[in-house]
Amino acid sequence: MPPLLEVGGLGKRFGGFVALEGIDLAVDTGERLGLIGPNGSGKSTLVNCLCGALHHDSGTIAFDGRTIDGLPAYQRTRLGLARSFQLPKPFRSLNLVDNLRIPLLYTVNARPGPRLSHDAVVDRCLALLDDVGLADKAARLPRDLTQVEMRKLELARAVASAPRLLFADETMAGLSPSEVEEILAVLVRLNEQGITIVLIEHIMRAVMSFSTRLVVLVAGQKIADGPPQEAIRNPEVERAYLGE
Amino acid sequence: MLSLDLAVNAVVAGLLLGGFYAAVTIGVTISFGMLDIVNIAHPAFIMLGSFVAYFVNSSFGIDPILIGVVMAPVFFLVGMAVYQIYFYAFEQRGEESIQGLAFFFGLLFVGEVALILVFGVDYRFVEAPYIGPALHFGMIDLPLRMLIPCLVSLLMLAVLQLFLGRTFIGRAILAVSQDRLALQLMAANPTRIKRIAFGISIATASVAGALLIIIQPVEPSIGRDYIGRIFAICVLGGMTSFPGMLAGAMLIGIVESITATFYGPSWAPAVAFGFLLLTLAIRPAGILGR
Amino acid sequence: MRTASFWIVSFVVAAAVLALSRGLIANEYFFFAGYVVLQYIVLSTAWNILGGYTGYTNFGVGAFFAVGAYSSVVLHKLTSVPVPVMILAGGLVSGVLGFGMGYLTLRLKGVFFAIATLALAIVAQTLIVNWDYVGGSRGIYVIRPQQAPLLGSYIQYLYSLMLVLAWIAVAIARTIERSRLGLGFNAIRDDEAAAEAGGVPTLRLKLISTTLSGALMGMSGAPLPYYVTYLDPASSFNLSYAVNSVAMPLIGGMTSWAGPVIGAVLLGTIQQLATVTISSALNLLIVGLLLIAFVIIAPNGIVGLVQARARLR
Repeated sequence: MPPLLEVGGLGKRFGGFVALEGIDLAVDTGERLGLIGPNGSGKSTLVNCLCGALHHDSGTIAFDGRTIDGLPAYQRTRLGLARSFQLPKPFRSLNLVDNLRIPLLYTVNARPGPRLSHDAVVDRCLALLDDVGLADKAARLPRDLTQVEMRKLELARAVASAPRLLFADETMAGLSPSEVEEILAVLVRLNEQGITIVLIEHIMRAVMSFSTRLVVLVAGQKIADGPPQEAIRNPEVERAYLGE
Repeated sequence: MLSLDLAVNAVVAGLLLGGFYAAVTIGVTISFGMLDIVNIAHPAFIMLGSFVAYFVNSSFGIDPILIGVVMAPVFFLVGMAVYQIYFYAFEQRGEESIQGLAFFFGLLFVGEVALILVFGVDYRFVEAPYIGPALHFGMIDLPLRMLIPCLVSLLMLAVLQLFLGRTFIGRAILAVSQDRLALQLMAANPTRIKRIAFGISIATASVAGALLIIIQPVEPSIGRDYIGRIFAICVLGGMTSFPGMLAGAMLIGIVESITATFYGPSWAPAVAFGFLLLTLAIRPAGILGR
Repeated sequence: MRTASFWIVSFVVAAAVLALSRGLIANEYFFFAGYVVLQYIVLSTAWNILGGYTGYTNFGVGAFFAVGAYSSVVLHKLTSVPVPVMILAGGLVSGVLGFGMGYLTLRLKGVFFAIATLALAIVAQTLIVNWDYVGGSRGIYVIRPQQAPLLGSYIQYLYSLMLVLAWIAVAIARTIERSRLGLGFNAIRDDEAAAEAGGVPTLRLKLISTTLSGALMGMSGAPLPYYVTYLDPASSFNLSYAVNSVAMPLIGGMTSWAGPVIGAVLLGTIQQLATVTISSALNLLIVGLLLIAFVIIAPNGIVGLVQARARLR
């Protein structure tokens, strides 16, 4: 079976600064891919390029067999490529249900096939909130949420678009160990429901336990790609994290 | 018909005008470029400066530039008060965009209308010994009423550049413009610094207004022409750089001067705004980062 | 209330207002003043679609309004068409202008967008000032037709047209508010990047917003030449249109169709009274001060105050 996401020779520069260079990556359906690297290694830039928030300068991206190079971000989401943001970006003036309703209306209801009725949409939003444990705050505004609840809302919003592939961008940064477990459990559940997940994270414990495969990015280049235990023992990876 | 005499003088006039435009824009470079405060009401403060200069000059005969400098501390206090209101209403509550813009838009409008109510819509001018005479170098005419404001403006720019680079408060302002978090960790209060910086930006309007009324007679609605000019120059100059802003100011001054000389003054207001649109269209990457 | 019901109910209200005012009120001045208030209902509702719903502040209201007025002037000089057709024409031209502005300013945010709209207004004004066919800076005289198409005076006719336009504008705003389009607008306002990542075609929606907003503004300006009979750039591009179009939704409340209506009726009436009793410059001062006061004290407007009190119960 061909990979769900196929990236060939991806490059991105900001003026004279080379953020990404020659990135090759393949993600198979159902995988749990971990993406790690020191600060400034280009992880977020890579996610932004893959999701369409930034234009890549070179290379190609193919999703589900078709090239998505020129597509704007919203069309990539409609194709099934979703992301959550590192710093949660909720729709502040709307309650939680409406926060999920928007991606639902603009992705699920924008795809070919029968459209969900208004009531069906609301039901699905409530179900998604329930999945992340936010059902009791459905009518509240995002400013009433705690940090970890905001992260869950962020994930729920990405899942509302019924994606095939989800980029979870540093969802657990700054959370307590028990909160990290909460988020991990949500991600595992999503994966079991059939969503391929790319976890971009700094928290090594979480990444190691979650990932079936690990990709390491350093200074804009991929230096390791394989089973987590192997990738970690790669001397270049050790050097990047621990110094000479 | 391209007369060399006319063209050269248009360029020279443009340079002098550009020097003056720098005085007008420096305030916004500080408030918007460095502090991220969208003070579109800056032209209103400049007009206030012009009319204060007019009033004192016509009542007591004092030199307008002197008035501008003496009144600068008063404008500084006014600026601090305005920032206080802005801070209480907007920055603290986390509101932004429309309400903040509307606040300054309201100030701009109220400023103009208040001036109309007090002074009427007639053109006002000041009297000073250097308005009228001009220096002549061959075919080049240097009207003193343009040369002196240009020089004063450059002087003000130099003083501010030194202030920002050499004094503690000046460097604190530069620090705030780059990284608010770092400043807090250094136990300096960013609010106090920003208030002072905003006060300074308004104080420059006192001087700029005095220079304006030396260059040309003013009436309250002139301020509107300056909104586009100010932001065009600020954006052209790269937002925070003084030398960049000066270069942008001179560029716009020259283009406006040539346009007015060869196509008539009624096209001049469109020049700066047209420049602005062009700049915004071509440099979106730099702007998107905000 | 379902959207269809809203259209019907609001139509009934508008028809009632029309019948009562034309049947009971003899004082011609009421219709002069009423026209202006209704015009502001359309202007502030139009502004709010781009401003309150989508989050983009437009200071160049004067351009769209004046373009609508001047397109009527051009039609008036070329041929003779009924005013409703001029309204549609004004809407079309201003709609194209709105689309153009949206396209040029696609990547601008916040104050840059606002300044760009101001820039556009100045450029438009400069072009009209230099266009002699429509009178240039001297202005142009427009003669009202002898006979008003319906019963009553010509001013009553214009008043009636503006009332119908106000009804349409408000109903459109309400329809958008409850629709997927409205939610998309709100998403753009709250967080454009998140909206785009959520499947919202942000560029397309922004273009729809600027075009629709511009078209409605142009329609509100189309009858102006017949109303004032003398049109010049200074008055038609007047900044007071921009200030009012910002102040009325802000004071009334930007999140709902009701806000611009409340703001327009309140501020519009105050201004009409003030122009007659005190000077017109002073009344503009009042608008500006109210804008500043409300933006500081009640940023969500009157509608916001009412909603906050309802939540406390």
